[in-house]
Amino acid sequence: MSNRTGLVMLRNHRAEGRRRGVVLPALRAAAPRTLPIGIGFVFLAASYGVLMATKGFSFVWPMCMALFIFTGSMEFVTVDLLLSAFNPVVAFSLAIMVGARHLFYGLAMLGRFKGLGWKRPFLIFGMCDETFVLNVAATIPDGIDRGWYYLWTTWLNQTYWVAGATLGGLIGAHLPFDTDGLGFVLTALFAVLFLDQWRGSGRPGRAAALVGVVVSVAALALFGPDRSSSPRLSS
Amino acid sequence: MLTIVAVVDGTMITRFTPFLLFPESKEPPRVIRYLGDVLPYAIGGLLVVYALRNTDLTGPTRGIPELVALLVVVVLHLWRHSMILSIAGGTIAYMLLVQFVF
Repeated sequence: MSNRTGLVMLRNHRAEGRRRGVVLPALRAAAPRTLPIGIGFVFLAASYGVLMATKGFSFVWPMCMALFIFTGSMEFVTVDLLLSAFNPVVAFSLAIMVGARHLFYGLAMLGRFKGLGWKRPFLIFGMCDETFVLNVAATIPDGIDRGWYYLWTTWLNQTYWVAGATLGGLIGAHLPFDTDGLGFVLTALFAVLFLDQWRGSGRPGRAAALVGVVVSVAALALFGPDRSSSPRLSS
Repeated sequence: MLTIVAVVDGTMITRFTPFLLFPESKEPPRVIRYLGDVLPYAIGGLLVVYALRNTDLTGPTRGIPELVALLVVVVLHLWRHSMILSIAGGTIAYMLLVQFVF
């Protein structure tokens, strides 16, 4: 063994040790913040799984769709697409329109995802609304690895969603108790994160936050909530 | 099956495009960096409105459950600064209101 390879091995060994030391603390820091999403996602995804089950699909369908599509509203839309006449072009363009907001999520995360290597593609793939807002508003504690923190948040959220969809597909319409109103958990989550962002920011941030509220209220008043194509998150 | 593949492709295009347009090796233009700074706040505001978009102000509940539950969230959060408590409190308040009051 040459000196050089020995040095490389030593370096790898050290990197490995560091890594083991960062993975679990990052999980411990990230997991509590994902808990509300866990509750909201399991039930929301279960309602989607139930919907698929009542339309005659086996639980494998909602499970795989939750895993690969992983954008809540579009999965509900896809149920209708699967049941209507076969038209992948419509499906493709609908997905782009519904997902267009992700373009801006990406812009906001460009800097934060910089230098994260292999984790980056997965972080981008799994960036749904809730994961985005948790990651973008996160103040990562000192000594916690940024990449692993984002990764755990992303992975946990997707796991909740896939688990919920699978469960829903399995139990069908036999939900054990009245969950009416539980979807508000996600509304409350957005509100809390908004408050945190508000308190943690200066004038420019607050101005941008107000623009976001005013513009979307105006858009809502002008165009309506588009009941036909989106699931009711707050019911 | 093809329908699902089409939906997956469409969704992934929206998620990956910004990262393909502005790869790590290049410094993105100033306007993009500016957007990256302000967008998180604007989107935070947007998502709150988005989550409340189906609130029916003219219907039988007049949006009161949503308003009350949001107030619970805000008050709890300013008081205790505990994310779990604020969210649980608001959600339980909302569920009680829609199931038993309205």
